[in-house]
Amino acid sequence: MDIYGSIDIKGIARYQRQITLKNFGVTGQRKLYKSKVLVIGAGGLGCPILQYLAAAGVGTLGIIDHDTVELNNLHRQILYTVADVGRLKADCAAEKLSQFNPDIEIISYPLALSNQNAPLILSKYDVIIDGSDNFPTRYMVNDACVLLQLPLIYGALSEYEGQVAVFNVADAKGTKANYRDIFPNPPQPGEVLNCAEAGVLGVLPGIIGTMQANEAIKLISGTGEPLINQMLIYNSLNNETYKINITATAEEESQLPLDLDAFLLTDYNWFCGIRTGADDVFEMSPGEFREIMFDDEYAIIDVRESGELPVASFDHIPMPLSELRKHIPPINKNKVVLFCHSGVRSHIAGELLHQAYPDKEFYSLKGGVLRLN
Amino acid sequence: MKVEILVFGRLTELLGQSRFQLENVADTNAVSKVLSNQYPGLQQVNYQIAIDQVVVHGNRPLTNGMTVALMPPFSGG
Repeated sequence: MDIYGSIDIKGIARYQRQITLKNFGVTGQRKLYKSKVLVIGAGGLGCPILQYLAAAGVGTLGIIDHDTVELNNLHRQILYTVADVGRLKADCAAEKLSQFNPDIEIISYPLALSNQNAPLILSKYDVIIDGSDNFPTRYMVNDACVLLQLPLIYGALSEYEGQVAVFNVADAKGTKANYRDIFPNPPQPGEVLNCAEAGVLGVLPGIIGTMQANEAIKLISGTGEPLINQMLIYNSLNNETYKINITATAEEESQLPLDLDAFLLTDYNWFCGIRTGADDVFEMSPGEFREIMFDDEYAIIDVRESGELPVASFDHIPMPLSELRKHIPPINKNKVVLFCHSGVRSHIAGELLHQAYPDKEFYSLKGGVLRLN
Repeated sequence: MKVEILVFGRLTELLGQSRFQLENVADTNAVSKVLSNQYPGLQQVNYQIAIDQVVVHGNRPLTNGMTVALMPPFSGG
């Protein structure tokens, strides 16, 4: 029996080690070859997911990422080399993967996923894997998968820990849980640090992304017990894992958009507390900052929590965002530059302070102290 | 009455430990209240609760020996 019709004996040789596996076999391989998997984000999680799924012979792999490769990605985004810095991740990943496995189809989407384009793109696939790095995308992808009835393999990181889950797949009782059944309300911006702000060891996304790839292969081939209606939390410091069961929220209590029309009208940035548009905080580039950093007209405020590194080498006032949320202190200058690690929290702090002092000018150091050096 | 508390993600940093016991907490609201009093930073953090490895929403009664996990959402990728 042929494995997938169009592919010759070379294909069988390539996958021989997994075809030999009991409970996987030719049937499992054929299911993989016929499957279409979309990976959202070609970053820390996306790289190992894509590499293992391409190697395993998933027939069609879609890659969405609008970002370009940066030097500080390379310690964990192991598809890319120094020569790739500046290139679009989706295109670069597609090129590398087609070298790994020329027998499969790889489709690159070098664009930002939005609620406007998500239904069209996602509906072309059988399984969606979330390797994104922000809450608006995570909620949007979750909602789209629920509305389009697509299995979603979720993975996320925080410093030394990771979460993995399989959403929107019916268990033996017919129950389907999704991300909102665990986390119905998004955190406020700045409350949960992303990898850029909090840091991450390169191996952790490797572990969590590989777990996501494993869940995808199990789900598609019908092998083992995927994490359906469960979330696994992995701690890389002590190797402890903790598995929790998720119960589906009653439909009337769910905050999911009711249908695709409602989905198209949902502002996921707004839902996650990100206010753009009526922007009262100005972005200041590192170059502009260097020109005013010794200017007495400006107050320079560090909104990072105490102890965060690197310590700023210029005069500044420490005013952690967590304190600002509780108490707005007096500010004696009319021009205020706020900075943090990467420029996210300083923007939030600017908005908080602008509400209290609408007549003062607030600037957020773009890219944070990271970009100053 | 004692329950076991497990915390994850940034909560471990905030509370300085990942696993400990708490006495005289009748329900999950009491757990949140006792811990927020002890660790004011907790009020700023969004987390969900699981009792004996099952996610719960809203206030739930606790009985001796239960394990209460406090799980913040993660966004990194």
